[in-house]
Amino acid sequence: MGLGTEIRDKMAKRAAEEIKDGMLVNLGIGIPSLVPNHLPEHHQVMFHSENGIIGIGSTPEAGEEDAHLCNAGGYPVTIRGGASYCDSAAAFGIIRSGLIDVTILGALQVSGEGDLANWIVPGKRVPGMGGAMELAARAKKVIVLMNHLEKSGAPKLVKECSLPLTARKCVHTVITEQAVFTVTAEGLLLTDLFAPYTLIDIRENTDASFTISENLRYIRKEQGEG
Amino acid sequence: MAVLSKVCSFDDILPLFQDEQSIMFGGFGGIGTPSGLVDVLMKAGSRELLLIGNDTGFPDIGIGKLVSNRRAKKLIVSHIGSNPNAGTFMSNGELEIEFSPQGTLIERIRAGGVGLGGILCDIGLDEDIVKRDKQRVTVNGSEYLIEPALTADISIVYAEKADEFGNLIYDKSARNTNPLVAMAGKITVVEAKEIVPVGELDPEAIITSGVFVDYVVQSEGVNWKWVWEPR
Repeated sequence: MGLGTEIRDKMAKRAAEEIKDGMLVNLGIGIPSLVPNHLPEHHQVMFHSENGIIGIGSTPEAGEEDAHLCNAGGYPVTIRGGASYCDSAAAFGIIRSGLIDVTILGALQVSGEGDLANWIVPGKRVPGMGGAMELAARAKKVIVLMNHLEKSGAPKLVKECSLPLTARKCVHTVITEQAVFTVTAEGLLLTDLFAPYTLIDIRENTDASFTISENLRYIRKEQGEG
Repeated sequence: MAVLSKVCSFDDILPLFQDEQSIMFGGFGGIGTPSGLVDVLMKAGSRELLLIGNDTGFPDIGIGKLVSNRRAKKLIVSHIGSNPNAGTFMSNGELEIEFSPQGTLIERIRAGGVGLGGILCDIGLDEDIVKRDKQRVTVNGSEYLIEPALTADISIVYAEKADEFGNLIYDKSARNTNPLVAMAGKITVVEAKEIVPVGELDPEAIITSGVFVDYVVQSEGVNWKWVWEPR
């Protein structure tokens, strides 16, 4: 919400670094759906969807859409070579049995211990958990893409989630428009800073405590690494 | 060998639908939800329904129509985010919603369809929304919730191809929950894009056996615009 195209793309590009050749990946709707645009072309990645597709390809051209070939958000997709269809039970069998290498999700709050809240704001918004509980609990790596702050200005990286949880101690990496954190046994580790944000900004905007990586990376506009 | 044909018309099945029934529906975001059968339910005027399925579709897409027109008193779903009416009715107290994690929900439906009482699952084990008053059991050293099976008075299903016996083949991501929902109805009604004589479907390609199916109706296509279609 409210993030410009350029910012969404830089977050998606950073998330794409976490996806390795040969992985099975499940992407949430919104910014995560931009991640495939930033993968090296030679990478063989299978994208899985909860509605029963293994091997999602690129977005179809206008006029080429198939109403019966859509992602979990209901938008048209294509399939790549080696793709297959299955029913919802098999799609979730794949998730629960731990075969998803990476899932990339949105979040309302993430705690310093990696707890994830992303399915309800009591009294305000109740979308439901969909498949997020299974994905968060069982994917080998859970990456969260979210705004650093709520619209109200309140931090979303918190000491303890105040919203009902989706899953506990499940998040591995958090990518915001300001920074990237890894969740370690000792808590959050700041690994990347996006220009123009500074350590002072991150301290001010983050409720959970964090340590700073010895190899802190400063990601400038356009040129990537600094 | 001749097989009794299960093919009938939308009008033939209209009397099946009554108030206060449990209706299980196939589909995911409306894709794979039988549009014509939703309209039969609208026409039948059934109220106080218990609707069981993946999600509430969009306000005018899939099962969304029944929800938007206040035909349900309770939903068992994983997601209502794409149909704001469901959230509104829930907030003002006129609609009860039981949320079940998507993968758990589909296994509960599958369990109901294959004669089981429930499943053991640890997804959401410690979260209030999931654990509710469910029993906990320890099996092989791991703790699980007993998630009760789900069945319904009537299941409504969409298939790409059906034969007259009710053997079904689905289409791409419109398969989704349909094969599970097809098994879990006391009565299962299928809307199919194409109906062929017995013997014409490749037995290796059939996903749902006709033994689970009671009625097959010829689809007339969807009567809504998909969210991605230009308006």
